Amino acid sequence: MDLRVEFAGLVLKNPIITASGTFGFGLEFMNFGDLKRLGGIVVKGLSLKPREGNPMPRIVETPCGMLNAIGIQNPGVEAFVRDKLPLLPWRETAIIANLYACSAQEFGDLTGVLAGEEGVAALEVNVSCPNVQSGGAAFGQDPAQITKVTEEVKKRAVGKPVIVKLSPNVTDIALCARAAEAGGADAVSLINTLLGMAVDIRTRKPRLANVVGGLSGPAIKPVALRCVHQVCRAVKIPVIGIGGIVSAEDALEFILVGASAVQVGTANFIRPDMAFRMVDDLPRTMLKARAQTIAELKGSLELP
Amino acid sequence: MVVRNCREVKVRELRFLGVWEGPSDFVELTLENPGWEGYRPGQFAMLRPKHWGLELSWGRPFSISRADEESVTFFFQVVGRGTERLTRLLPGDEVIVWGPLGNGFSAPEETPTLLLAGGMGIAPFRGYIERHPTPEFLRLVFAHRAGIDSYPYQMMKDKVRAEAIHEKTPDDLPTIIERIEAEVAGAHGGLVLACGPLPFLKTIQQAAKLHQVRAELSLERSMACGVGACLGCVCKDGQDKHVQVCARGPVFKADDVHL
Repeated sequence: MDLRVEFAGLVLKNPIITASGTFGFGLEFMNFGDLKRLGGIVVKGLSLKPREGNPMPRIVETPCGMLNAIGIQNPGVEAFVRDKLPLLPWRETAIIANLYACSAQEFGDLTGVLAGEEGVAALEVNVSCPNVQSGGAAFGQDPAQITKVTEEVKKRAVGKPVIVKLSPNVTDIALCARAAEAGGADAVSLINTLLGMAVDIRTRKPRLANVVGGLSGPAIKPVALRCVHQVCRAVKIPVIGIGGIVSAEDALEFILVGASAVQVGTANFIRPDMAFRMVDDLPRTMLKARAQTIAELKGSLELP
Repeated sequence: MVVRNCREVKVRELRFLGVWEGPSDFVELTLENPGWEGYRPGQFAMLRPKHWGLELSWGRPFSISRADEESVTFFFQVVGRGTERLTRLLPGDEVIVWGPLGNGFSAPEETPTLLLAGGMGIAPFRGYIERHPTPEFLRLVFAHRAGIDSYPYQMMKDKVRAEAIHEKTPDDLPTIIERIEAEVAGAHGGLVLACGPLPFLKTIQQAAKLHQVRAELSLERSMACGVGACLGCVCKDGQDKHVQVCARGPVFKADDVHL
């Protein structure tokens, strides 16, 4: 059985990648499985300078999911390159850096720091941040801005694959995917979290200090699958499926609608060895789908 | 000194052995032995019954109350959906457990050590007392609201010097605060270890600073991962930086945490 996937210049031993913000820098999970067995690891969102993130409370459990408003707390890109990257098995597993910035210029500078790093297999661009130079609206909600940021990152990526992570909080996500493609993106990943909110009737306060936060987990899987389906039909570049994936079966659903690989996020909180278990479960789940390779499953959805 | 735990941490699926449901929703839950004889009291574990399905997204963090060759015990109060469902486990059910996590309390030999427990905060001290090398140097002061029979207090009183202070009405609170402050002041030269509600910990932190007493505080937080990855359980440390309670705590030196 062949679990390998190839796309955007990446060769992964399987399509299971851990999603940004849910797997730390990978090192936190070394006790729970061999990181080399994962297809890839997208590390915690990195900014040019260290960020303290949002005040507490930052997370709320919701039915079949959770809300988070962490605020990209991270030690900064230089600390990542210096302290974390050398400890990761980057020769065996694709380490994908997730980039967070608030202006096109800053995205470019961040790319500049990472482009020369041998241990970084690809760059994933988080366009869900507010753009400080255009009134605070998120880059990800404006197709023109998505193109601009993608071009800026691509320009300085020195050949490293650039993946643009798309927000579902838009009218037409396919349009955003095409905007990333137009900017030269090598792939898109979707979906990022859905904007949500929770309230405590006893305190009469929002349950998140940030008031609103991103919804993730199995609750959003149908939305994510629909978005991936639409985007796969709208662009020629590869698509990475993300959103509520908690089993190998879920992963294959995204691959059937056309995803080249998937990212596993909130499931890492159900149990910390979840991503490793999904890799273990893939072969027998592929048998259920009567497939010997991931390649033959990809995009093989039969539409009525 | 707060010593970091270096033992190997794994995910295990443990058989549920039994539950004791005390008054006021206090619960003692026992699972088969995960091989944690060497855990450090003050450490915690994440628990998630195998059959939970997807409705609840996270495991639940609990301080390890005690562990021996046969079993591991957790003591907690039913406060929400997760803890309520944990009380409904049946013999033979399996629970996904990852731990022991975080650091633990210092346990210096032959050092006068005052254990200050507030309510459910008594949990880690049961194991602490059992495995301390010189228990004759320990003294427990336990402030509680529910009836004393709700807590594993008596079995601790049999092993170390202990006193319980009952908060019967909110009017008792000022007296209790004064008493706690006096206890901390009197611990000068020794060590104070505390676990309990936030206002209780704040009182102890302030008194420890005022009287220059060495103290360690165990914090409680909602957690998603328990392993330092999600950054959902942070507090501010002495340098005003966000640090994970799960990975950098849950036990902090009183002068290195902002409550």
